Amino acid sequence: MVETPAETLPISSGEDVVRVRQAVRLRCVEAGFSLVDQTKMVTAASELARNTLDHGGGGSVLVETIHLGNRRGVRLTFQDSGPGIPDIARALQDGFTTGSGLGLGLGGAKRLTNDFSIESTPGQGTRIMIARWKLT
Amino acid sequence: MERIPILKMGDALLITIQVDMHDRLAMALEDDLTQKIVQSSAKGVLIDISSLEIVDSFIGRMLDNIAAVSRILDAQTVVVGMRPAVAITLVELGLALTGVKTALNVEKGMALIGKQVASARGTSGRNAG
Repeated sequence: MVETPAETLPISSGEDVVRVRQAVRLRCVEAGFSLVDQTKMVTAASELARNTLDHGGGGSVLVETIHLGNRRGVRLTFQDSGPGIPDIARALQDGFTTGSGLGLGLGGAKRLTNDFSIESTPGQGTRIMIARWKLT
Repeated sequence: MERIPILKMGDALLITIQVDMHDRLAMALEDDLTQKIVQSSAKGVLIDISSLEIVDSFIGRMLDNIAAVSRILDAQTVVVGMRPAVAITLVELGLALTGVKTALNVEKGMALIGKQVASARGTSGRNAG
């Protein structure tokens, strides 16, 4: 089966966020996701891409198709060199925001995906990984 | 800069979002619409999102803001055409859009606005009398 190789996309403008959504959509279609699963993954990608832009001062996302046995999934790794997140537990709470948003981005992205991990060093940046698997 | 067109239909303004909006475009729509409500004395705002493949927290907030601002300016907002997968995702994201009235399609949305405009007129008529 043809599979798009992993790609890294820049996130430095609102248009880039739109491009990330489109790339993630294509990748989810290719992995055989249902429409609801595609929608959840693209929405999570949109939240995190916006965070990378607005809070991280821009960065990039690595978009990959992943395999575990015969399961297929899509993994996204967002990376920025921004100020970092001093209190991750608090940032994950719904309604907590330092910007003008609703504070649903991080917690929402976590709920919409199967795997979630976050590493952040104040002053150095943030790396967030999400993955969603095709239901078998 | 590109803009989302706003059409006037009787007492209502009709917006069909057909592109994957970046955030600035969404903010421009919010501003344009607010101006247009005042200019046209519209009583209703109908937003058709049937082309939208996702509604994330930013677009959700835009819809909530539009509904709140319209209400203050004496217009009712109805959002129509949300795809089922989008509705499922929105709820899981944590956005219930509690301030926004919804209808399944444009026809039902226009009927809802018509009814509300009529009942508002009825009420103000009684008050005046």
